[in-house]
Amino acid sequence: MLMSIDSIAKSYNAFPNPPAKVLHDVTLKVDTGEAIGLVGESGSGKSTIAKCMLALIRPEAGAITYDGIDVIHAKGEDLRRFRREVQMVFQDPYGSLNPRMTVEELIGEGLLIHKLEPTAAARRARVAEMMEMVGLNPNDMDRYTRSFSGGQRQRIAIARALVIRPRILVCDEPVAALDVSVQAQVINLLQDMQRKLNLAIVFVAHDLAVVRHLCERIVVLHKGKVVEQGTREQIFDNPQMPYTQSLLAAVPVPDPVVGRARRAARRLETAN
Amino acid sequence: MRTVHPMPDQSAVTPLRQPLVTVDKLTVDMPLGRSGSSVRIVDGVDFSIGVGERVALVGESGSGKSLTARALMRLDRLARLSGRVDFDGTDLLKLSDRDMGRLRGSSIAMVFQDPMSFLDPLMTIGDQVAETLRIRGVGKAEARKRALAVLDELGVDRAAERLDAYPHEFSGGMRQRVVLAMALVGEPRLLIADEPTTALDVRVQDQVLDLLDDVSARRGLAVLFITHDLGVVAGFAERVMVMYSGRIVEDGEVASVFAKPSHPYTQGLIKAVPRIDQDLNTLYAIPGAPPPPLARPNGCPFHPRCDQRFERCDKDLPALLQVGLSRVACHLHDGQQHDRHPHDRKGA
Ligand SMILES: Nc1ncnc2c1ncn2[C@@H]1O[C@H](COP(=O)(O)OP(=O)(O)OP(=O)(O)O)[C@@H](O)[C@H]1O
Ligand SMILES: Nc1ncnc2c1ncn2[C@@H]1O[C@H](COP(=O)(O)OP(=O)(O)OP(=O)(O)O)[C@@H](O)[C@H]1O
Ligand code: SF4
Ligand SMILES: [Mg+2]
Ligand SMILES: [Mg+2]
Repeated sequence: MLMSIDSIAKSYNAFPNPPAKVLHDVTLKVDTGEAIGLVGESGSGKSTIAKCMLALIRPEAGAITYDGIDVIHAKGEDLRRFRREVQMVFQDPYGSLNPRMTVEELIGEGLLIHKLEPTAAARRARVAEMMEMVGLNPNDMDRYTRSFSGGQRQRIAIARALVIRPRILVCDEPVAALDVSVQAQVINLLQDMQRKLNLAIVFVAHDLAVVRHLCERIVVLHKGKVVEQGTREQIFDNPQMPYTQSLLAAVPVPDPVVGRARRAARRLETAN
Repeated sequence: MRTVHPMPDQSAVTPLRQPLVTVDKLTVDMPLGRSGSSVRIVDGVDFSIGVGERVALVGESGSGKSLTARALMRLDRLARLSGRVDFDGTDLLKLSDRDMGRLRGSSIAMVFQDPMSFLDPLMTIGDQVAETLRIRGVGKAEARKRALAVLDELGVDRAAERLDAYPHEFSGGMRQRVVLAMALVGEPRLLIADEPTTALDVRVQDQVLDLLDDVSARRGLAVLFITHDLGVVAGFAERVMVMYSGRIVEDGEVASVFAKPSHPYTQGLIKAVPRIDQDLNTLYAIPGAPPPPLARPNGCPFHPRCDQRFERCDKDLPALLQVGLSRVACHLHDGQQHDRHPHDRKGA
């Protein structure tokens, strides 16, 4: 097992109200090379879990272990290794990229920080290779991200995370802003990386069709609790909890006949 | 299955209703840095939207969907626009800034993807919804009353109490309702929704779509819905327009486009969607990437990625022509004789 999260709890201060508890006793494991999906409605705590896994915030109870490292208390070389081997791609392709950096600087930053390529030329070559891999034009290396569209920016963010060859990639809604054809490329790319590099992927998404496609294991969250977890087949073919069932029923189907029928049926149901 | 249809005015698929907006040869040029030169992002787009019609605009990221939509409202100060945007008999591109300002919100309104960036955290919900009206000189009490009515209509429960709440006290779905209320309070006739549900989870997305459905039916509101989610298109829109590299390449009834997409790009898009009711090992992905606006290839802008291209494709730009009930910009459908010599890139 690569990472384990044991009974973590997390509250946010909500002054003057008492702190709001948003995670209750969450336990989950990530194995080497597996893709695991975190799903649940907005506010269910998916991003909070992702942030805990990345040590961006600290749970107030429970433990997180990554490959022998106590993540919550890690320092020094342990923390550096953790920061290199666990990478992230965020939800918001606009907020997460520094507008003052060129694409080359953005993607190459990790190589520089972690001293992975000694020369500027080698870094540049790696950046170019990465850009091509995620469907960007290496000729755009010297541009700033301002004039890129949402989808292009998200590909930059993914290239930035993958360039240092992490072992876990935590993705928070990484394809939400992408159009379908690029989304398919990015998902195939993630899947490809997962297989080739034996990369574990923690995939937070509200698009359940995408999750179904990419993830072998699914964790369903509701109000900060894990309500159901299981293999792809268990969750999608035979969901046990009504909450999971309602999530699945709301997924739009790209077929006007099926899609309309599903929505009409659901509206009838909720009306009754 | 194809009904005989008299050849309509070729600038647009004639909606079965009276047109509300007719866009004719719209181009949008954006300045390039400090150089003084510019780049053509939207490259001659024609379409119309009927009164009360729900039209989806889909297409690759960067294809110019947002800039097209924003051009209808003249939101980008730096953009140079040409062509015509006829709204109910007025050419919006010729209006003075002041008149255009007045029209925003009252005739055409827009909602964006991220409700939070649109809301002022320091202002109450009631004041924000009423503001659109206040700007137009509606009195305070009346504006508040109408704000309440629209929040009510949009299913914000206990709306009266919540007029005095602040945005952070609302969930994502509720915030999106507030943003919708801000757009709808001025009683626009066209609502442009730029990926309004992309940031929402499926159940909230579903509610917002139901809401848009209801409001559009009740008010006879036309909606231009920008999205990359073909599932949303299938469930919500009557007509879909597909954009590629600054042009519309296909435009038709949702049912027929999904059942039988004509343009190879549309075919690829539909094939690339992962479906909850289907298993696939690898998703189909259209190879390559769309061309940057500064380096559009000759001929059909899709030809470097098209698996059906033939000789003419890298020479002549296909025009958007009426094909049955749809419009399609592809040499396969332009009715001319052609010897098909597909250049299969694997040489098979
Ligand atoms: N910094 C914060 N301060 C206070 N409350 C917060 C903070 N971040 C998140 N919350 C609250 O914690 C809960 C869980 O939020 P989280 O962002 O983890 O949800 P999520 O499942 O990622 O939702 P979404 O699908 O909308 O991204 C929500 O109720 C949210 O309002
Ligand atoms: N202010 C600007 N200056 C220069 N170029 C711009 C500007 N805004 C957008 N562009 C460019 O115009 C093209 C179209 O952008 P637009 O935002 O309309 O795309 P879109 O179809 O809405 O894409 P997405 O699905 O990613 O939102 C992109 O290539 C983008 O980089
Ligand atoms: S015109 Fe040619 S290259 Fe373009 S979409 Fe049609 S077949 Fe493909
Ligand atoms: Mg989140
Ligand atoms: Mg856009």
